[in-house]
Amino acid sequence: MTQVNLTIDQLDVMAEEGTTILQAALANNIYIPHLCSHPELRPAGICRLCLVEVEGQLLVSCSTAVAEGMVVQTATLEVEKIRRLAVELMVAEHERTCLSCGKNNDCKLQEICRFVGVDEKRLASLQPAERKLVDSSHPFITKDESKCVLCGICVRTCREIQGAEAIDFISRGYATKIGTFGARPLQESNCEACGECVIRCPVGALLPRGFARPSREVETICPFCGTGCGLFLGVRGDRIVSVRGNPGHTTNRGRLCVKGRFGWTFVHSQERLKTPLIKRKGRLEEASWEEALELVTAKLGRYRGEEVGVFASAKTTNEEIYLTSKFARVVLKTNNIANVAHLCHANTVRGLLPVTGSAGMTVPVWQIKEAACLFVTGCNPTEAHPIIGLEIRQAVRSGAKLIIANPREIPLCRLPHLRLPLRPGTDLALLLGIAKTILEEKLLDEAFIAERTLNFDTFKASLEKFSLAEAEAVSGVPAERIREAARLYATSKPALIFWSMGITQHSHGHKNVWALAHLAMMTGNYGKAGAGVAPLRGHNNVQGATDMGATPAWYPGYQLCPGYELYPRFGKFASSKEKFEAAWGCELPETPGLSTVKQFNPRARGWGGPEMWDLPQKIKAWYIIGTDLVNSVAGSHGVRQNLEAAEFVVVQDIFLTETAKLAHVVLPAASFAEKDGTFTATDRRVQRIRRAVTPPGLAWPDWRIICELAGRMGYGDKFAYQDPAQIMEEIASVVPLYGGISYGRLEKEELRWPCYGQEHGGTPVLHVDRFLRVEKGEFWPLEYELSPELPDEEYPLVMTTGRLLPHFHYNMTAKVEGIEALGGKDFVEINEEDAAALQLKSGDMVRLVSRRGSLLSRAKVSKAILPGVVFKPIHKGAVNLLTSADFIDPMGTTPNTKVCPVRLEKA
Amino acid sequence: MAETETAIQSKVNAVFSSFKGTENELLPLLQRVQEELGYLPQEAMLEVARFIHVPESRVYSAVSFYSQFRLKPAGRRHITVCRGTACHVRGAEKIQETLERELGIKEGETTADLEFSLEAVACVGCCALAPCIVINGEKVLGRLTPQKVQRAVQKVKKEEGRQDAQKDHPCEPGDVL
Repeated sequence: MTQVNLTIDQLDVMAEEGTTILQAALANNIYIPHLCSHPELRPAGICRLCLVEVEGQLLVSCSTAVAEGMVVQTATLEVEKIRRLAVELMVAEHERTCLSCGKNNDCKLQEICRFVGVDEKRLASLQPAERKLVDSSHPFITKDESKCVLCGICVRTCREIQGAEAIDFISRGYATKIGTFGARPLQESNCEACGECVIRCPVGALLPRGFARPSREVETICPFCGTGCGLFLGVRGDRIVSVRGNPGHTTNRGRLCVKGRFGWTFVHSQERLKTPLIKRKGRLEEASWEEALELVTAKLGRYRGEEVGVFASAKTTNEEIYLTSKFARVVLKTNNIANVAHLCHANTVRGLLPVTGSAGMTVPVWQIKEAACLFVTGCNPTEAHPIIGLEIRQAVRSGAKLIIANPREIPLCRLPHLRLPLRPGTDLALLLGIAKTILEEKLLDEAFIAERTLNFDTFKASLEKFSLAEAEAVSGVPAERIREAARLYATSKPALIFWSMGITQHSHGHKNVWALAHLAMMTGNYGKAGAGVAPLRGHNNVQGATDMGATPAWYPGYQLCPGYELYPRFGKFASSKEKFEAAWGCELPETPGLSTVKQFNPRARGWGGPEMWDLPQKIKAWYIIGTDLVNSVAGSHGVRQNLEAAEFVVVQDIFLTETAKLAHVVLPAASFAEKDGTFTATDRRVQRIRRAVTPPGLAWPDWRIICELAGRMGYGDKFAYQDPAQIMEEIASVVPLYGGISYGRLEKEELRWPCYGQEHGGTPVLHVDRFLRVEKGEFWPLEYELSPELPDEEYPLVMTTGRLLPHFHYNMTAKVEGIEALGGKDFVEINEEDAAALQLKSGDMVRLVSRRGSLLSRAKVSKAILPGVVFKPIHKGAVNLLTSADFIDPMGTTPNTKVCPVRLEKA
Repeated sequence: MAETETAIQSKVNAVFSSFKGTENELLPLLQRVQEELGYLPQEAMLEVARFIHVPESRVYSAVSFYSQFRLKPAGRRHITVCRGTACHVRGAEKIQETLERELGIKEGETTADLEFSLEAVACVGCCALAPCIVINGEKVLGRLTPQKVQRAVQKVKKEEGRQDAQKDHPCEPGDVL
């Protein structure tokens, strides 16, 4: 960087070339009043308050670059005169109710007035005729136009930071104001309610609703999706009163989405479980911990091995999930330990083990912007992983190519992109089409394939018969477009592939995942910054749930259980049973366990040999932690039936979920804000969460409940922990990937697994010189496969499901009034052609019918979805009554949720 | 003159056929669409935003900035009130107030039956006739008083009641207004 010498108010100053006069002055502790300038935004030069004089010329210092020998004067008579007039005109229009304003003492206009000095007498004659109305129609944002100074920071934030561009200057002259398209209320525009404009508003024109200034702040991690954004909970007394993004966190750099910024009030919801509940005569009644724990110990203690199923919660901490996994195996002697990953990314996790040895996102979230090509398929990051959505927007704005394969026009489609509008369930045909093109046009990374992978020829041979014509016929995407995507992907490096449920929730989901990993291997997109794969994990700690072995297939740390030697090349890892028997000091069960769907539908087909397809129901009791299975499992009717028929069900949760209502005993747990621990984000970063407030009523942290139960069942010595830090020490001792992780290090270091020891600095980029665990990546033969259940005359449409921006699943955000107001209405999205054929218009009541059930919703007619496809958000209306749990993936056991034939009837 | 959504769509698409779909075509596109539709309904602005890949808020920002763009259909009789210096001195404000009261709309609005719309402009260039108004950009009525304006509006309204509402020509010969 070249340094430039200049003088500001007779002081010699050095500044980097390209910085502005304002930046140079502020960096040298010389204050120049400024209002529209913001360090994170490009200069706009709107407010004219930062005028300075340079050699007799008046210049706007926020948009003038420094130059060698420049002589700057910030306070000449001329400058001060003009500046005062500008401030007076601004203040005259401004509603001066400072003491009651939410920005009092934190207001840029106050700061400027203090510096410039304003004469109230001169202002009196300039009072505006009428006070403009305060708009408080938005659940989270108050907009007071009479305080707006038209600096445009909100407009530029929406454009430059968020990329939503929902607001702009509207009208002209004296009538100019900030508004949305058609001057509609914010909530009716494409505003994403992230609140980024609110936190940057220099005055009180935009304020968050329901926030108060905290008396202390606690640094922690967001409890919603798997992105793992850092935030500060503002606490006053024993209540959370505000949230702000952690500017020093490399993932979100201070940004938050609507859920993270405004969704925290669920913590203090009146509906939180405050005492244990015991079902007596069919009704759940309040009980003491003593009664509840005694009952659970006596009843649950009767079942062992195959008779009992345990669910760990992807919302709890690594320490708690580790204990759940240990509790199931040590105390209940069962491998029937499952978590919701089996409904989502198990196809990725188990699927990628034999391919690349690990399914972790290969690069940190902050490296997304270094990718030259982003292939986004089967996911909708803007709504489901909003901060990752922002990183993608930023990458595309700085020139990265974007390929979107999705039956729906997702919000990212507003960016320049190449769209592959495929029919649901035909991903594999499309991906093989891309692979075939890469092969035919020799866009391969031959050296990478030769040095770093095995069995490429087997994969190549499996593609011989496959043609682009077939890819087009099956997926509905024109062959030429597939070729274009292949060229774009293979020639723009580094390339990063994003996927989520659209890829995995198929009974052949692991093949989709293989195809994606193969594309990355063919083009050498592994082991480099900004390259590889990014399976976006849904829950805050579903990555941790997989890492901590809440699955029948492995103990904590992907160390395999007996009966799961599915991968020939893992011979030497065959079973870690002996290792864990030694570590945990007792005998562990031998019988292979069942994962989520199989526990409730033992007749599900696909996984294991045919002898495993038609199992009898052996499970008589369940211990379910923080998982609303009745809503989330495909074919949810079966879950309800099983739980109703079970001899004993314990549910441990923070709310009385639909699942908890079926329990015999309900145990109240602490939320993320009420305990210490760690979450592992989608990019493998292990992060501390910290207790900010006390749990409501009698609620306990999950780890304490598990330890208490284990103690009562006779395993007190193996569950004697003082605090979560101690549990992490044990994790580090048995899980090599977490070997170097400790609370002490997490205080000051950014650690991503694998982190093998105290000296190991963690692994930002996976597979750099060799693939984790398998050394060499392995190609597998792939052939196109149809979904097991296809539309027919009776059920002509395909239903696919997904998330909406404001919501997180069924319980947490549903308890947040504002989020309900923003996105509470249920709908089923249908293409305009299909709607016309059914004589439907938006808002019509419809009945959605599948082979398994029906539900009522309202039609939302749209151009943004392919004909023949309907989209149903998962958050309301028990959508899994319609989906099927009959067919599951042979590797990941994930059900076929994303292709569900339905018909739509006018109701 | 309000159009159905499909009609708007087909007219807008016809306009698009002679454009490339780039960002810098925003203003000419809006002008051509307004020529076709007489105003810029929200559906049309949304289509323009999609066509040239700019955020809809920016399209609205431009439309609301320039006085040449109309957000609502003009009435069959579009009344322009001159608020230039000469007219102002001779009571243009009262003329506008009378029109607003008689028509039941504010400046910049259109009556619910789409019969009248009202717009204030700076000088129309016939100061000798001040205060004056212009109907549909061609017929000038000058040397007005609030009483004359009131009588004229009431007369037209009465005729409206008698005549077939379907008449196509916006301003019949002989109409005062």
